[in-house]
Amino acid sequence: MSEPVTLPEEAPEQARHPFTEAWEMFRRNHAALVALVLLVLICVLAVIGPVLYGRDPYDMVWAPFTRPGENWDFILGTDYLGRDLLAMIISGARVSIIIGLSAAFVSIFIGVTVGALAGFYRGWVEEALMRFTEFFQVLPTLLFSMVIVALFGASLPMITFAIGVVSWTAVARITRAEFLRIRELEYVTASRASGARNAKLMFRVILPNALPPIIVQSALMVGSAILFEAGLSFLGLTDPNVVSWGQIIGSNRTYFLDASFTVTIPGVAIFVTVLCISLVGDGLNDALNPKLRAR
Amino acid sequence: MTEALLKVENLRIELTTRAGVAPVIDNLSFELGHGENISFVGESGCGKSMTALAIMGLLPEGVGRVASGRILFEGEDLTAASDSRLRDIRGNEISMIFQEPMTSLNPVYTVGEQIAEVLRAHQGLSARAARDMAADLLDAVRIPNARARAGDYPFQMSGGQRQRVMIAMALACRPKILIADEPTTALDVTVQAQIFDLLRDLRRDTGTSIILITHDMGAVAEMAERMIVMYAGRNAEIGPVEQIIDHPRHPYTKGLISCVPHIMATLTEDRPDLTEVPGIVPGLREFGQDRCLFASRCAYRTEQCLRQRPPAMAFDNGQLADCWHAETL
Amino acid sequence: MTDRPLLDVENLTVRFAVRRGGVFGRKQFLDAVDGVSFALARGETLAIVGESGSGKTTTALAVARLVAAHSGRVELDGADILGLEGEALRQVRRKVQFIFQDPYSSLNPRQRAEDVVREPLLSLTDMPRDEQQKVIDELFVQVGLRPEQKRLFPHQFSGGQRQRIGIARALATRPELIICDEPVSALDVAVQAQILNLLRRLQKEFGLTYLFISHDLGVVQHMCDSIAVMYMGRIVEHGPRLSLFNNPLHPYTAALLSAVPSVDKARRAATRRILIPGDPPDPVNLPPGCRFANRCPVAQPQCREAEPELRTVAGGQRVACHLVKEDGTAPL
Repeated sequence: MSEPVTLPEEAPEQARHPFTEAWEMFRRNHAALVALVLLVLICVLAVIGPVLYGRDPYDMVWAPFTRPGENWDFILGTDYLGRDLLAMIISGARVSIIIGLSAAFVSIFIGVTVGALAGFYRGWVEEALMRFTEFFQVLPTLLFSMVIVALFGASLPMITFAIGVVSWTAVARITRAEFLRIRELEYVTASRASGARNAKLMFRVILPNALPPIIVQSALMVGSAILFEAGLSFLGLTDPNVVSWGQIIGSNRTYFLDASFTVTIPGVAIFVTVLCISLVGDGLNDALNPKLRAR
Repeated sequence: MTEALLKVENLRIELTTRAGVAPVIDNLSFELGHGENISFVGESGCGKSMTALAIMGLLPEGVGRVASGRILFEGEDLTAASDSRLRDIRGNEISMIFQEPMTSLNPVYTVGEQIAEVLRAHQGLSARAARDMAADLLDAVRIPNARARAGDYPFQMSGGQRQRVMIAMALACRPKILIADEPTTALDVTVQAQIFDLLRDLRRDTGTSIILITHDMGAVAEMAERMIVMYAGRNAEIGPVEQIIDHPRHPYTKGLISCVPHIMATLTEDRPDLTEVPGIVPGLREFGQDRCLFASRCAYRTEQCLRQRPPAMAFDNGQLADCWHAETL
Repeated sequence: MTDRPLLDVENLTVRFAVRRGGVFGRKQFLDAVDGVSFALARGETLAIVGESGSGKTTTALAVARLVAAHSGRVELDGADILGLEGEALRQVRRKVQFIFQDPYSSLNPRQRAEDVVREPLLSLTDMPRDEQQKVIDELFVQVGLRPEQKRLFPHQFSGGQRQRIGIARALATRPELIICDEPVSALDVAVQAQILNLLRRLQKEFGLTYLFISHDLGVVQHMCDSIAVMYMGRIVEHGPRLSLFNNPLHPYTAALLSAVPSVDKARRAATRRILIPGDPPDPVNLPPGCRFANRCPVAQPQCREAEPELRTVAGGQRVACHLVKEDGTAPL
């Protein structure tokens, strides 16, 4: 028999972080990619817009109810007090997005803490925390946040807090479910066998692996927080010293039949932003969901 | 000579993946006689289950397709059959049981209802007759107190009992072929022995041909007359079980037999290291290349193995081995 | 050198609370491991075999202090480890390591291979960083992984390679006892041989002691010096490899062995298959007497009355069956 031949060496594989792979998946979802680009543009606009477009949104600059296109100095027209709508939208973007992000942050902070403790410790801790969560779940959210804002004043931090406090329950449930699933996996037991303490198990081992659905939920949370804020301002429960998209709609709603553009323009702004956030959330879901990635 | 019940000729199944089209089954031919038990052996990812799905007409839609070759069931080419004809054959003539009896049953119906449903759909029995026959079938697969247990939900049964229910369901329409895809992998060994016993008896009583897919050479030796060893979508070796185990002609078969620590008739103090088959089954990307796909793991490889796909070497005793060195092995 | 075994388990019981019938159901107890005793000498391998629900994995987890024991003693090198906490427990964990069943779920997907192996060094030792790296490099060579694979993530490895990482992790702190919980049952047959050979080579090289949990009797007879057979939380038979396989005493052991399909024609001809129909009894409401009696082909009235004790018979095998004679004759 002839001598066995040797095979050529294979090229060594590159280390690929799971998040790198997720990004490659995300890139293949074109709708989500477009939405992400749009979102970035909206955020950039919110940050540097007021500098580029120097007009104060509170200045009454022209005749009220100037329609978009009537006067090219005011592309989007003016509202019932004659204020420049474009300036208001730009300035409102900042407020809406800040509220969206920070309210989402508040609710994720509360939700992840409650969910992680409940899922990790089980027993009476879980019972108590989940009853607590259910209590918040059955509260009528809009009413409850209105009560908070009405009682403690309509400042931006209070509105953010009110939104966050009523919307963390979904995050808590997702986090708990993920913790319950992951804590039974062998690598967690392996970490325990390697002497890891509870805090390390919770935050360094389980939490990073529980993140994907939490990230997706957080993205959607930003969208719903923006909507929520719009709802509150529509009802007049808002900080009168700042402009937000919901507030523009709220203050112009009486004139909706005569000058519908004053309501639809900020409405479209909210719609586009929230839609983009949803699409990005959807893309994240595909990218981070290992079941889909198996294909 | 009598016509074989099932005849697979030069079957090629292509799977469309992100990386391109890969032949998951590459030029596979075999025959299954009436009342015969044939076994497919190989590691996971070698195309055993894919062959079974192709016979059932259940290739993953839009992803897998029969590229060439024929599957003749009683002379009828299943690759050309219409969907409704395939539906008719599935369950009636050819049925299948799966590895995981836990997820193969619908949790919201009783097992009796699920078996009766199959009978009503395929044989047009009345509700009452179907219910009676379902109980008889459960009795036939040796579930004690069958009439009462027919009212149980799947979660009320043990894994072994669920697999019996699956077998009862598969046998409901007296199929000519029963495909069992790793039917006992999820079960304990004493339960496995009972299931094998049951399958053997059912074959004797009903004359059903059985295709057993497994990775356990011991199970093959106990259950089947002929076996097909598959590697990377291709036939590695085919032939009578006893002969192949006595004298495998393909290095992969040899490896599969000797890499497992078997319990022999009398054990001795002597425990030599196991024969290793280094490496793993190649990925789909390498399927279909014109060389021996096993060469990278083979101790006998030569230049020729890397240059050209080996043809099937036939031996007088009916063994066929796809290896350049089959004769010297 | 003393004759003291490395691991001595006495009357180990692991109890779980189960609630039947929802929140308001009565709390009942299930002894997943019920009064198990065995000893394991340094450098040897003891297998615990049994089917699902036999308590073999729970026994292993309790010995490794990964589930809480209800009662009993687990002595490592003469010292009871069940009550230890804090620094003392850390010392024990260094000496007792675990190899897991599922190579897919036993590695943290967010850790690089080298960090998986480093974890026990970080948590259990005070080794300086450069020394850790040296240990990791050596371990990678010893378990047959290439150095450039250190930076890869678990999903980039095959099942067999992942199991090698798991073995390297278990070896990192130079433990004395390694508990292998079904280390190859999730792997393809050809890969199983690679891992089994590796485990045996490492045992020889480092003088390791293995507690080997498995349901695969073929693997067990290849790997182990002695075997304990568990059924429903109890050891029913315990003996050296050759006597247990060539002369099983307990009817359950005999049935278990006869159920293993074999490629050996001689063995197939020689074995009479002993079928044990039916299911094990409800572990929460155990009937009196022997737990195997309802499936035992040779059960006698006395078996349903008194539970047999594990006793030593002639030949050194321990067996829990009323019907095995003192001279070591099996009832079957």
